[in-house]
Amino acid sequence: MPALAWQPSASLANLRHRAQILAQIRAHFASQGVLEVETPQLCPATVTDPHLSSIGVPGYGYLQTSPEYTMKRLLAAGSGSIYQIARVFRAGEVGRRHNPEFTLLEWYRLGFTPDQLIDEVAAIACIALGETATVRHRYRDLFRAHLDLDPLCCPIDALSAAARRHLDLAFADADRDTWLELLMSHVIEPKLGIDELSFVVDYPPSQAALARLRMDADGQKVASRFELYHRGVELANGYHELLDVDEQRARFAADLRERERLGLPAIPLDRHFLAALEFGLPDCSGVALGLDRLVMLAVGATSLPEVMAFPASHL
Amino acid sequence: MASYSTNEFKSGLKVMLDGDPCIILENEFVKPGKGQAFNRVKLRNLKTNRVWEKTYKSGDSLEGADVFDRDMQYLYNDGEFFHFMEPENFEQHQASSSTVGDAALWLREQDTCTVTLYNGAPLAVTPPNFVELEIIETEPGVRGDTATGGTKPARLSTGATVKVPLFVNQGEIVKCDTRSGEYVSRVKA
Repeated sequence: MPALAWQPSASLANLRHRAQILAQIRAHFASQGVLEVETPQLCPATVTDPHLSSIGVPGYGYLQTSPEYTMKRLLAAGSGSIYQIARVFRAGEVGRRHNPEFTLLEWYRLGFTPDQLIDEVAAIACIALGETATVRHRYRDLFRAHLDLDPLCCPIDALSAAARRHLDLAFADADRDTWLELLMSHVIEPKLGIDELSFVVDYPPSQAALARLRMDADGQKVASRFELYHRGVELANGYHELLDVDEQRARFAADLRERERLGLPAIPLDRHFLAALEFGLPDCSGVALGLDRLVMLAVGATSLPEVMAFPASHL
Repeated sequence: MASYSTNEFKSGLKVMLDGDPCIILENEFVKPGKGQAFNRVKLRNLKTNRVWEKTYKSGDSLEGADVFDRDMQYLYNDGEFFHFMEPENFEQHQASSSTVGDAALWLREQDTCTVTLYNGAPLAVTPPNFVELEIIETEPGVRGDTATGGTKPARLSTGATVKVPLFVNQGEIVKCDTRSGEYVSRVKA
């Protein structure tokens, strides 16, 4: 082992910069009267999303991939607007922009529309990045502009053909969302937000996750979900939060069916989260922002180890 | 051979792709916060040296390639084949000129080099990073000229031609970097 392998991967200057950004974010929320909360990282239940893999802790449950369920229990209990700087865990996610343990800034704003929350996300991003212009793109318009396709209704063959024009693919069959996610992450995302904060809005209903659905200006059903990209990096994911407990149960059931189809382990549902939704979640918008990535862009770095003291590669 | 899942991919891993042995050069994990994870993998075909960039769904796997590097002694060239020997068991291997490629320009009999074996047969030959070889042909040296930084071509005993400083003479031994093909220094006899 090299003699200095014990040292942090990030420079102390970057770690000081990180601490400064954290302090400014806390000051922002304090000035807005948003309450800082802490919720458990270790819970008996976890997310059902087939594309998120939780780290199991035998005898205790799972390390959380996001603090969403417990924060929504606080909202249902009358907490008002809340935020958390949370350590979260995702199995198998390792790379230049991924670490199995990372920091999410997650917050919920009572009575905010997604549009109002987007303004606040932009304000938070500018704390770290300095004054930066903001643009909004509809998901559908991006696919039309970059690929000449309508992602909501074009045939799946058109999606796979577009993917094969841009990429040398080593897999054949895939579902519609896999093709959409491939085109978004490999073809469109690298071109987003080169100079500006680029917000993508109105996702396909199949990618709603925990966002409610609505009709857009063209009369198409879309998910009231947004994402922030800057310099080709995905930074944040937000929803006009789903309040309907029956719809939530149906989405959990669909996730579990998909997990079974993919041969993934079944997940115990979070009954306290469902009971809180049943009791009633106030109308709110919420968002999770990857803090490590924001700091990475703020200091001009290109990989997370430059802004994390001890990433997985240094343990 | 074992098979390797995308989460085991790392640079240097040798895998089979479309029937040919390849080495992984880069592996980038790409995953939207919500949605399918992918691996964008850069590979070099060890037979053709062609570089591919392929996109995999995370969790897919590739068969490992029976490719190993062995230190061997270069014995001789019989006009058609280059002959190498494993120093531990004295097992000999022969490689064609096309397999040895440009490495032939740096190989001196008895020197140790790296032979890459695929299914037990030589696939590629890599000379040591640094070699010390005699200059067999170059223009006469310019005495005292060590400062102007000029160079001249010099042919080495193994066939390679390198640019050397003007003060270096025929018959001298020079140290060269085989990766860049550049002169490093004179070696005192």
